[in-house]
Amino acid sequence: MNLTLLLLGLVILASSAMALSLRNIVRSVLLLVLSWFGIAAFYLWAGAEFAAFAQALVYGGAVSMVVLFAVLLTGRSHSDAEVPPPPKGRLVWALVAGGAAAGIIAATAIRTPFAAATNGVPSLPVRDLGLLLMGPQLAALLVTGALLTAALLGAVVIAAGTKDDKEGAP
Amino acid sequence: MSAGVFEMDSWLERLPITARDLLTGYLPDPWRWIAQSVIAIVVILGVFGTLFAFLTLAERKILGRIQNRPGPNRVGWAGILQPFADAIKMLTKEDIVPRTADPVLHYLAPVALVSFSLLSLAVIPYGRHLVPLDLDSGVLYFFAASASSELSVFMAGWAGRNKYALLAAMRALAQLISYELPLLLSVVPVVMIAGTLSPSGIVAAQSGWRIGIIPHWNIVTPWGFAGFAIFMVAALAEANRSPFDLPEAESELIAGHLTEYSGFKYALFFMAEYFAMIALSGMAVTLFLGGWQAPFEVLQFIPSYAWFAIKLLALLLGFIWIRATLPRLRIDQLMRLAWKFMVPLALINLVTVAFWHLSAGWATGAQPLRWALALALVAVPFVLIGRRLTSGLAPRIYRYAAP
Amino acid sequence: MNTLQMCLVLSGLLFGIGLAAALARSSAILVLMGVELMLNAANLNFIAFWRFGPAPEAGTGVLFVLFAIAVAAAEAAVGLALVIALYRHQKSIRLQEATRLKG
Repeated sequence: MNLTLLLLGLVILASSAMALSLRNIVRSVLLLVLSWFGIAAFYLWAGAEFAAFAQALVYGGAVSMVVLFAVLLTGRSHSDAEVPPPPKGRLVWALVAGGAAAGIIAATAIRTPFAAATNGVPSLPVRDLGLLLMGPQLAALLVTGALLTAALLGAVVIAAGTKDDKEGAP
Repeated sequence: MSAGVFEMDSWLERLPITARDLLTGYLPDPWRWIAQSVIAIVVILGVFGTLFAFLTLAERKILGRIQNRPGPNRVGWAGILQPFADAIKMLTKEDIVPRTADPVLHYLAPVALVSFSLLSLAVIPYGRHLVPLDLDSGVLYFFAASASSELSVFMAGWAGRNKYALLAAMRALAQLISYELPLLLSVVPVVMIAGTLSPSGIVAAQSGWRIGIIPHWNIVTPWGFAGFAIFMVAALAEANRSPFDLPEAESELIAGHLTEYSGFKYALFFMAEYFAMIALSGMAVTLFLGGWQAPFEVLQFIPSYAWFAIKLLALLLGFIWIRATLPRLRIDQLMRLAWKFMVPLALINLVTVAFWHLSAGWATGAQPLRWALALALVAVPFVLIGRRLTSGLAPRIYRYAAP
Repeated sequence: MNTLQMCLVLSGLLFGIGLAAALARSSAILVLMGVELMLNAANLNFIAFWRFGPAPEAGTGVLFVLFAIAVAAAEAAVGLALVIALYRHQKSIRLQEATRLKG
């Protein structure tokens, strides 16, 4: 069981590390999509089927498209896909900050004595999930729906721009 | 145990799983599961690969006959070996990769597309005991696999370093994303009524007959018929089939986002398109046409996988017929159809199915009223929105050549 | 180190990678991708605790992850719309050039 976790962790970490350090932005985005699918596989291994397929559908099928369209609309040709690497000073400080955050989290996780796990996989059939969403968590569901609608309408308005920005739009 | 062929769960019905257990019954436990999965994969690849091959032949012959010509009839008796000739041609063509292309993405795009299309075939119940993967959220898995295949369309358009292929890929992606929404929205009513996301649960919810000849399939209800129509149109667009085949319109663009592909990779793209068509038809059969259930109670002796095959072939024939008959839509026409026509109709279908579900307990005298109201809720928005969106006939303009 | 701790270390490392990317890269899209990775790392944490932790209520972890996925997707859409709007003004997406309000 832990071998699967090691493999999944390796895939996720390696693809996200490579994704955020490559020069070619399209290859970065595609490697990041691979890491998202790796995270979906992690959810599947942990027994959260619905969350795994939702992650694959939303991130792999929708957010990836949004990111790729943004990459295409903000570059004029194939050569604009090359982003230069960050300057050395900032790179070092960023790695220090990231490493410190990861180190603090990992150290806290290893030192805390967690209680023993419950026996077996907690089962959450989709029907129960639906009843939970429509029952106790209905307020959260409605707020999320309103938030998504507002966010997407806002995104359309911002991206479309006003009539004066329309000169030579890509 | 059931005796003859005329029982519901006869030996003919259980023949595939008996064969599978014969082959793997002697293995110890984890190996038996692996061997059964491998057998399922090999059978699916074999059956649907053969179906793909003969579907290309059937399409060309049926298109030919509708256009009053015979179609391919030179290779083998009446052209029956044509798919093998096509396969040999595709395999022996030169595989051209442009010098400035991105070799990894160029190679990966068709492979990813075929993989995701094949992955979506895993949750469809092909028969009473023939579900390869019986997932609790199988419908969500199916749509996650189909949505992920859009990535390979982008990879195909980007990898060739051809700006026209890239623009065509953006158009193809816009079409795929736009029709994702009516596709998913038309499935929600089915899930609401069946109460489960599992395809075998949805098939089981459509079992039973009224007076033995009217099945409880979702398509015989008003909301089911509307949902089926929306699903079929959206499936046509998701599979890039005519009349939504602008991304690969051979008579207009060279090959759209597939311009830089030749030989076997080009064949893989078309194989993926046919697999997507088969998978979407299979899901339509499961969701709306009762899956592997027989239409009449007396016909239950025909095995369930045969009924599934009959329904699937009928839907595929419908796809081919539509291709032969309807002209192609322009990109703005098909986007307008998706966003302004199909999404509102799919949302109104949700209201219809909610009404249907809540009025299930009405007295038998009020049932005709329930049907009439549901039919009105389906038909009236269709007519009104359709009328508002058509711009009518343009004024007739006469153009003459300059004297 | 039991399985729960390994999962938490994994999500911590993913968070660190996302943070480093968000701080180091100068392209707005890559910064947004770093933020998305941080959100995904938090989701990993939730699922790890749902599966391996002592859970009084089954389903809270998965529900939170579903809401977090939805909110992260909405935030990605809005962020990328802002990137497109920024590009329209300064014709590049380098964050170092977005200094018109400075000083």
